[in-house]
Amino acid sequence: MTKNRRPPRILVASWMGLLALLALTVSAAYLPLGMANTVVAMTIAAAKATIVATVFMELRERNSLTITFAAAGFFWLAIMLWLVLADYVTRPNFPPA
Amino acid sequence: MSDARLAAQFVDMRQQHEVARLGMWVFLATEVLFFGGLILVYCVYRTGYPEGFAEAARHTKIAIGAANTAILLTSSFLVAWAVSIVRLGESRFASLLLWAAALLGLIFIGLKGVEYSLEYREHLLPGFGFEFAGSQAHAVHLFFAFYLVATALHAVHIAVGIFVLAIIGWRAHQKRYSETYHSPPTVAGLYWHFVDVVWIFLFALIYLPGRSG
Repeated sequence: MTKNRRPPRILVASWMGLLALLALTVSAAYLPLGMANTVVAMTIAAAKATIVATVFMELRERNSLTITFAAAGFFWLAIMLWLVLADYVTRPNFPPA
Repeated sequence: MSDARLAAQFVDMRQQHEVARLGMWVFLATEVLFFGGLILVYCVYRTGYPEGFAEAARHTKIAIGAANTAILLTSSFLVAWAVSIVRLGESRFASLLLWAAALLGLIFIGLKGVEYSLEYREHLLPGFGFEFAGSQAHAVHLFFAFYLVATALHAVHIAVGIFVLAIIGWRAHQKRYSETYHSPPTVAGLYWHFVDVVWIFLFALIYLPGRSG
């Protein structure tokens, strides 16, 4: 294999890290942690997504303009989740019996 | 400094590459909100019916879901590897990596089909003979309606991605990309990684709840 064909070390490390996080999140799902199960699952999902975005999607090498564009979708999503959930979790009669 | 692949409106290849990449990020921002709307509905009903959603999630096939996650993560790695070596002039070898990633995408869809058929036989798919006994039937129905719509829309994205990777792989095989011209594999890679990110969240929302209960 010629030198140029080798995968960059950071890609291999990220791939291994992602598979390790997958194993971790599946194992953690079976631990009786109550409400914390959801927190652990979503935290690990966010960590995996961050690795994919920064390394595979090369956000760590990009300028602030690209990062702004990438963050914009998540920014509007956060507003949508925040406002809608603020409504539903505080409704006394949701779900309707 | 003239390149046949440089479109008239750009100053140089670098600027053209930047614009292509930024355009894909704009599209991906709309995709975040597309899948985000579905995930919002999931969050609303999961807060409404926590026990029902846990009960429903226990009926999902976690072995297939986890295998499919590993498959997509690996295919993303192969695409990232391909994109990095296309830029070093290794277009031919990169085409093999892109086709391997597309093949993993096909395996993903195949396993998804197996999963749907198992759930069909267990009467878990809304619209396809859904039946569930017990007090949580209504919430389980809502969960599997989300499951079916979200995973089917995701599978459509995977199918588009397989098609794109296969074509980009073919063009890489023909050595159409080089050290200076590599926007198509880069942009196709961004799309594929994004579909991977969507799956990472769907996996956590669909397969993991209720396992310890």
